[in-house]
Amino acid sequence: MSIQALNADGKMVSYTDRRRWLWALSLLWPALPIFSGLLASYTGNVSYFWGTLVVWYLIVPVIDHILPTDSSNPPEAVVPRLEDDRYYRVLTYLTVPVHYATLLYTAWVVGTGDLPWHAILGLALSVGVVNGLAINTGHEIGHKTTSTERWLAKVVLAVVGYGHFTVEHNRGHHKDVATPADPASSKMGENIYVFACREIPGAMRRAWASEKLRLSRAGKGPWTLENEVLQPLLITVPLYAALTLAFGWVMVPFLFLQAFWGWFGILTSANYIEHYGLLRQRRENGRYEPCQPRHSWNSNHIMSNLILFNLQRHSDHHANPTRRYQSLRAFENLPELPSGYPVMFMLALVPPLWFKVMDHRVMDWASGVFSRVNVHPAAQARLAARYDRAVDGGV
Amino acid sequence: MAEHRRHACPGCGYVYDEAKGDAHEGFPPGTPWSAVPDDWPCPDCSVREKPDFKTLTE
Ligand SMILES: [Zn+2]
Repeated sequence: MSIQALNADGKMVSYTDRRRWLWALSLLWPALPIFSGLLASYTGNVSYFWGTLVVWYLIVPVIDHILPTDSSNPPEAVVPRLEDDRYYRVLTYLTVPVHYATLLYTAWVVGTGDLPWHAILGLALSVGVVNGLAINTGHEIGHKTTSTERWLAKVVLAVVGYGHFTVEHNRGHHKDVATPADPASSKMGENIYVFACREIPGAMRRAWASEKLRLSRAGKGPWTLENEVLQPLLITVPLYAALTLAFGWVMVPFLFLQAFWGWFGILTSANYIEHYGLLRQRRENGRYEPCQPRHSWNSNHIMSNLILFNLQRHSDHHANPTRRYQSLRAFENLPELPSGYPVMFMLALVPPLWFKVMDHRVMDWASGVFSRVNVHPAAQARLAARYDRAVDGGV
Repeated sequence: MAEHRRHACPGCGYVYDEAKGDAHEGFPPGTPWSAVPDDWPCPDCSVREKPDFKTLTE
């Protein structure tokens, strides 16, 4: 299926999205824990409960590195028609009930199955991974301006208890990205565990403050159903309470672990790697330069981009946040991650390895000028001694 | 009667129309541009803030 449109020179250009039908796989990823649960019950082999983790942390990275990276873009002239093609957005809508089905099914398996603790652990972390993808879907549709998409974003984020995400991400993170003020932009020398303690509470605090400010302009207090931080909680709290009532106290560690891995293992990890060390310069008038494509790390690895709705084409997303996933572009000479997100997430969990792989890339990005880097204050002196040419002993 | 003006985000095309305001953002119809705070980000893209907006002439 190809799209034709006139380009700026009046020439007809044609574009065929080779990934068009592959995007339909988006409906399968969130169901992986269901498939692995079914496999485990038919074979009696409980190690299948770890299947989703094997796919995400092993199979996806292998495919990423076997296939050539893809930096092809749709021609700009066809983008309006590509964005209007409802097929792409309907796929994102359809993933929403799949996330709920996965949570309900796995809760039922854990609540009624008399499973060993390691099977419950594997399943909880598996649901965590796919519910991290729920945050990714909430991210994709929460940036759009139609009321259907804004509403569905809240619903899909509620499955993992992260409903405040859209408020803080859209109005806070995008505004302050790649500056020290943004809790979701990591600093050079800041390890992911220190970062998580700044990012997770920071996002909640800022989301609440942002809604409070918005509502106060209309003369309202924060305790209203119009508060978009509270709205998704009206789904999460009754849902989690009902699951606990239905399946007993085993739901407490199960729900906690899946939410923890969705928050930390996927979302915090993504935030950690997307802008590590990158800094917008402050202008003379005190305002920061607008976010440029050079202020995000990117990856053109095919398989992980397919699972993440092209999130790894992150520079274009920050330059044009309302652009839909099917039309996000890769650009030349952008900050490039050496691998797709799943591998980078694992690397981030081991701070010495992460620093070894990334710190010199940050310095290359800054053309060797240490003062152009977003640096973790506690690591400032140590990193300056190593990297700042202006300091005696620097390279 | 005061003249209502329109102000456009240079990044994404969002338009703030003084006549309509922006109810979701807490600005009722008729809220003048001068009453919008300087650090107010574009509600659609958040890439640009009020000082970046262009006043439309038509
Ligand atoms: Zn805008």
